Amino acid sequence: MPSRILARLGPAQIGSAALLCAVAFVWTTPFLWMVVAAFRPESGGSRDMASLLPPLQPTLANFVLAFESADFALYYLNTLLVVSGILAVQLVTISLAGYAFARLEFAGKDILFTLFLLQLMLVPPILVVPNLTTVVRLGIYDSLLGVMAPYLASAFGTFLMRQTFKTIPRDYEEAALLDGARWWQVLWHVLLPLARPGLVAFSIVSVAAHWNEFLWPLMVVNAPEKRTLTVGLASFAAGAEGGQEWGLLAAGTLLVALPLVVAFLAFQRQFIDSFMFSGVKG
Amino acid sequence: MPAISATAEHPAAARWRQPLAVVQARPYLLLAPSLIFLVLFTFFPIIEVAFASLFRTAYGQRSGSFVGLDNYLRVLQDGAFRNAVLNNLLYAVGTIVPSLVIALGLALLLNESSRFKAAIRALVFLPTLIPLVAAAALFSFIFLPGIGLLDHFLAKLGLRGFNWLGDPDIALASLSVLTVWKNAGYYMLFYLAGLQAIPSDLGEAAKLDGASAWQRLRHVTLPLLAPTTGFVAVIALINVLTAVDHIVVLTKGGPNGATNLLLYYIYQNANEFYDLGKASAATVISVALLLALSLLGLKGLEGGAARAE
Repeated sequence: MPSRILARLGPAQIGSAALLCAVAFVWTTPFLWMVVAAFRPESGGSRDMASLLPPLQPTLANFVLAFESADFALYYLNTLLVVSGILAVQLVTISLAGYAFARLEFAGKDILFTLFLLQLMLVPPILVVPNLTTVVRLGIYDSLLGVMAPYLASAFGTFLMRQTFKTIPRDYEEAALLDGARWWQVLWHVLLPLARPGLVAFSIVSVAAHWNEFLWPLMVVNAPEKRTLTVGLASFAAGAEGGQEWGLLAAGTLLVALPLVVAFLAFQRQFIDSFMFSGVKG
Repeated sequence: MPAISATAEHPAAARWRQPLAVVQARPYLLLAPSLIFLVLFTFFPIIEVAFASLFRTAYGQRSGSFVGLDNYLRVLQDGAFRNAVLNNLLYAVGTIVPSLVIALGLALLLNESSRFKAAIRALVFLPTLIPLVAAAALFSFIFLPGIGLLDHFLAKLGLRGFNWLGDPDIALASLSVLTVWKNAGYYMLFYLAGLQAIPSDLGEAAKLDGASAWQRLRHVTLPLLAPTTGFVAVIALINVLTAVDHIVVLTKGGPNGATNLLLYYIYQNANEFYDLGKASAATVISVALLLALSLLGLKGLEGGAARAE
């Protein structure tokens, strides 16, 4: 049967399919190794550590050891707090600002919008040095709030919400306003439900960006119990590497990378659309 | 844009319910929460860092002594800074060119929708989603000399003896491999979108005129994808200037400065050498660079949008 399929395809198609399979294999190899090594019993000698064959007797020992040698549960909690804290505040700030830019006329609108656009270009990592000074001055150094602070407003989100609101016909709100609704009731009951796709797209990008963020939390957080997943993983990986415990390293990395990967596999379309939106944000 | 914009106060009903001053203040109140944070963490820091770059401040001190452009001189005369700029340049070329070629190639191969192609698209995109720190942790084993994943397979081909991250001649190239692996799938998405926007009759017309597949790619597809390429190149440039997590985890700028990049240099001066003046001057230089690149990017974005309409 495979030969019949092959016969129907031209050599170019077979060639491109083979090329794609090769690329896919190379691209997945690091993940494949991570999963295999994480579930492989520690063999003592690390000679076959690079093997990509699944272990005959999979074990959770590496994960148990990972949870014992680093406080991953706490790191998860910290990252969840940071990611959800940022998102919750952002959704409010971007909805309000996006509404103002999409629907209201006011003096200085263009200048303010340009100021917002400027932040779209100046991605925060480059400002770590002055932002650290600000965070120290505000008294939120070495706190999760300090990790969240620079991201509570989002020019990208504002821009996205402005575009989303603009696609919604005004008839809906005008009908509501004539019925006696106030502007915030219109925003809450009419515009935001219709802007759901924009809100979802922004949420995915925001969560992914801050789940993965490293340099800023590394600089702001000092106390081990305030570490986020990425900061915790970096020091955990250094330890595992020093001890040549590659199975342990693989297990720890898997723990950190897994949630987003699983979410992606479940909501592929959503993720891809959102990430294409995020281009400007980098 | 409608000539008369119907704002929230447009219907008469809403107008007489509230004093005019409240209605007029509303937009500013709505923008205030965002503006407070933008001022605190984007606009003020730029002024602050420009100001700090003119002072020499001992760590922990509140105010330093005014030194004019001395910090800039010190940065520009610093061999490590020039080295970081040069490395950043090499790293930019060594990651952006292969990433874009691979992204475009994959997009061309994966353009039609089928279950097989959707699966490959997802697999190639996957590295975008994991933290750069996690990618670095995986690559610490991949690049491990002798027993690591790469050497394990190369040994089967009879190639051995590389020290991927320890040899100053190839360490930056090794890190570039990680970066290409991590980002090519993301850039592919933009090329896929760009290809979708090209009307299929253009390619078919060229085909009828007897153009070969290569000619069609070279003279029809690539020129039409130019705005996409410009846009993706800028995203990639910004990435090259702002992502150094893998340097922190894998090489700390070493060996012998071979993988030191601009942002890592800034981080080092601020966090390890406590030389805020130098860190600030280098930040100002980077911000100027980033702004210039981003303006180019916006131009590209406008070009892309204009084409899409």
